[in-house]
Amino acid sequence: MADKVAPKSHASGKFSDPKSEWPLWEVFIRGQHGMSHRHVGSLHASDTEHAIKNARDVYTRRNEGVSIWVVEASNISASSPSDKGPMFDPSRDKVYRHPTFYDLPDEAGNM
Amino acid sequence: MYAQMVKSTGQAVRTRDDMTVEERAFQDRIDRGEKIEPKDWMPEGYRKNLIRQIGQHAHSEIVGQLPEGNWITRAPTLERKANLLAKVQDEAGHGLYLYCAAETLGVSRDELFDMLHTGKMKYSSIFNYPTLTWADMGAVGWLVDGAAIMNQVPLQRTSYGPYARAMVRICKEESFHQRQGFQVMLTMARGTKDQKRMAQDALNRFWYPALMMFGPSDKESVHSAQSMAWKIKMNTNDELRQKFVDETVPQAEFLGLSVPDEKLTWNEETEHYDYSEPDWSEFFDVISGNGPCNAERLKTRKKAWDDGAWVREAMLAHARKSRARREAAE
Ligand SMILES: [Fe+2]
Ligand SMILES: [Fe+2]
Repeated sequence: MADKVAPKSHASGKFSDPKSEWPLWEVFIRGQHGMSHRHVGSLHASDTEHAIKNARDVYTRRNEGVSIWVVEASNISASSPSDKGPMFDPSRDKVYRHPTFYDLPDEAGNM
Repeated sequence: MYAQMVKSTGQAVRTRDDMTVEERAFQDRIDRGEKIEPKDWMPEGYRKNLIRQIGQHAHSEIVGQLPEGNWITRAPTLERKANLLAKVQDEAGHGLYLYCAAETLGVSRDELFDMLHTGKMKYSSIFNYPTLTWADMGAVGWLVDGAAIMNQVPLQRTSYGPYARAMVRICKEESFHQRQGFQVMLTMARGTKDQKRMAQDALNRFWYPALMMFGPSDKESVHSAQSMAWKIKMNTNDELRQKFVDETVPQAEFLGLSVPDEKLTWNEETEHYDYSEPDWSEFFDVISGNGPCNAERLKTRKKAWDDGAWVREAMLAHARKSRARREAAE
């Protein structure tokens, strides 16, 4: 990759080159053993190691985690809000996927 | 408040008839209490107002570290030093949560910093006052964080998802800030004569600047009305200021200190305190750059940014080189 892009001067009054900004990372934290990682926020960092260190300082100052995942935000693909209907509506009318759909006599016991 | 005088881009609140179909659907979502997320459609005015408000809030957290940072090396005990250090570190975190929330609206971190450093964006007027004695650390935690909490708690329900979530995190951390400040005040107020005098002096100097944090009355402001319709502002400035006075006066009495306001009285009818307005001409002076510490705060901020430039660049260069090396090895 082209890594010759020299960062521009950061002198105030002029926006710095967007390429000289540390990339954005999304941070996921496992709060307790046995739980899954949960998105907690984002931060800027130069590389993975740096992102994990920053995540520790920014998001776990009060013992909030036992494990950290970081992923560069540009690597995340997301569904688009305009697809919300076609994406999620089809599962709405399938009430038979829920246990309460099935009426059973009380005598059958707990199920 | 931390976002005191956010110049609104919107005009008066638009009636439903004036709205486009999209705007109407957007307002309906807000009225139903739905959260707006970064990729959702939003009116340009909503986006711009939020960038200004969240940006100003973020800048306040970051600049707000300076008056307290001033006392870290001179804290009276190791315990107080640890407390203050933790609090100031939290404020840095608050700034970071908020910058990230602002960035989801399409503004970059460097742009936000640039607007702070060139004075295009403001931060709260309160941080342009000096912290002269250790008692000021008490007054700042108790009054300044206290006023901030008053504003931030309702903002947890704001309509913009990333902003609301940042507020939830911030509010969780904020109450320790106020409590440690109050404890400093309590220790001083119950200490020697000199210590009590210092505590009273700190209250005298911070009372009116704290009241100014809520901003001038906006009862009649059309800009505020639009922000309230969009739920990016949850209460009027006067409502919050009154709430602050009502909660803080009994705390001052508990400390045995007197609020520097001769007109301050409990009003049986309204069941609120009547109090004197701060000097608003002083407020406009401070917010427009002429407060006692404006120049110093901005200079310190810019110096930190400029002095850190080589570190930011070196880390990026290192990251690029090691990635190239890794890719070459593959
Ligand atoms: Fe804060
Ligand atoms: Fe705070």
